[in-house]
Amino acid sequence: MKLITAIVKPFKLDDVKSALEAIGVHGMTVSEASGFGRQRGHTEVYRGAEYTVDLVPKVRIEVLADDSMSEDVLNAIVTAANTGKIGDGKVWATPVEEVVRVRTGERGHDAL
Amino acid sequence: MDPALNTGDTAWMLTAAAMVLLMIPGLAFFYGGMVRAKSVLNMIMMVMGTLFIVGVIWVLFGYSMTFGSDIGGVIGDPTEYLGLESLMADNPEATLPIMAFVAFQGMFAALTVGLIAGAIPERTKFNGWLIFGTVWAILVYFPVAHWVWATGGWIFELGVIDFAGGTAVHINAGAAALAIAIVVGRRVGWPRTPMRPHNLTLVMIGAALLWFGWFGFNAGSALAANNTAAVVFLNTFAATCAAAIGWLVVEKLRDGHMTTLGAASGIVAGLVAITPACSAVSPMGALAVGVIAGVLCALAVGMKYKFGYDDSLDVVGVHLVGGLVGTLLIGFLATEAAPAGVNGLLYGGGADQLGKQAIGAFAVLGYSFVIALLIGAVLKASGLFRVSQDTEISGVDLEEHAESAYELGEAGGGGRFAGVGAGAARREEEGN
Repeated sequence: MKLITAIVKPFKLDDVKSALEAIGVHGMTVSEASGFGRQRGHTEVYRGAEYTVDLVPKVRIEVLADDSMSEDVLNAIVTAANTGKIGDGKVWATPVEEVVRVRTGERGHDAL
Repeated sequence: MDPALNTGDTAWMLTAAAMVLLMIPGLAFFYGGMVRAKSVLNMIMMVMGTLFIVGVIWVLFGYSMTFGSDIGGVIGDPTEYLGLESLMADNPEATLPIMAFVAFQGMFAALTVGLIAGAIPERTKFNGWLIFGTVWAILVYFPVAHWVWATGGWIFELGVIDFAGGTAVHINAGAAALAIAIVVGRRVGWPRTPMRPHNLTLVMIGAALLWFGWFGFNAGSALAANNTAAVVFLNTFAATCAAAIGWLVVEKLRDGHMTTLGAASGIVAGLVAITPACSAVSPMGALAVGVIAGVLCALAVGMKYKFGYDDSLDVVGVHLVGGLVGTLLIGFLATEAAPAGVNGLLYGGGADQLGKQAIGAFAVLGYSFVIALLIGAVLKASGLFRVSQDTEISGVDLEEHAESAYELGEAGGGGRFAGVGAGAARREEEGN
């Protein structure tokens, strides 16, 4: 079992969601996030003053997947979220010890 | 009943006074939306707090200090109308009951003090602000309003045109704002940290209420329901539209975007600039006053970054600069055809009126700035003016008023996690 975490540009959320649904992913958690990577934010002008914006708005998508599906999920997210410009984000997979469905108590693959 | 009473005038003046009152909560919302979410209630309370206090002292002796019998051209007799007791009787010769004028002018005093608050939000002790506002009203507003509007006041006698308060209200408040922005000092993190408005919808609601109320402010200053009031009303409308366009064009060229904040600020800049001039210019003149004020004020709000004073909500850039623009432009754009009946430089009237306007404007600017600086310095030295850094960072709403405007994310509160209350409900059901 793997937890796939993706940090992507907010306007790419819909594309990523559709791509994941297309390969049979049944659930995900989405939250707003902010941060920076190598692009280190940018400057903005507002009311005549220039500001450095360090923390750029992003969305975080979290998906649980069987080990066999993990590679497909990674690829689907990367393909859907790619624009080729700086700030496209990152995706990573982490091993998951156990998953339990709260309603039924099912564990592991059955809980997905 | 008073046989001379003009019911039309009286009805209009009572309505206009209520419209000016509405500007004060309007100003509170306009300013409140511009601060960060942790300071909006304090901002609203600063404006409303001085309204309560100035309202009381206006009745006690403020009206008398402003419109009592002139003493030396500088102040009204403060004891003449003490408590307003002597002004209740029906005067058979008056076309307008004096109490309507007293109420109308009282709203002006309260609004002017509230305007200053926009220079020092998010970091000022609430009590310290109330003391400042009270002392400034007594030492600065009442005398200056006497200079400008009372028979015998030296600026009034000089022949300066200030129909509804370019000097007495806007230059006056703007100069005080500059002084206390310097005394109180910058907010933690300013100017490097972005401190953008937290609720621009609220800013626009405030601007709308200000614009509506301003028709009472300007057209009410005719003190009658007559042709002057109607000309002033139209000029107030025209200048405001032109100013908003001026501001937005500057923003588009300078920053690349036309912002909602720019539109709201442009509205107020136009209203400020046309305030002194609305009886002296033609509708075309009003358009010129508006667009010049919109452009100059949009450029002026950048000054604080050059000079390093944190006038947080641009009281200086909008009210001081806008007030100066309107007051001085009378010297150029006044036309005999308008109700004030004076020609400015561009209408062949010579530089005479411009000279008078400049004397009035800079006298008020200098007096208000110096006295505000002194009051502020005393408060700061007594430790009454600025909150601690911890309070500032946690937010003045929570620390000064024990409230927060938006209960959204607090675990166990009434917001997103309201469901945690279910445990408490069950415990109660089970008999504690």
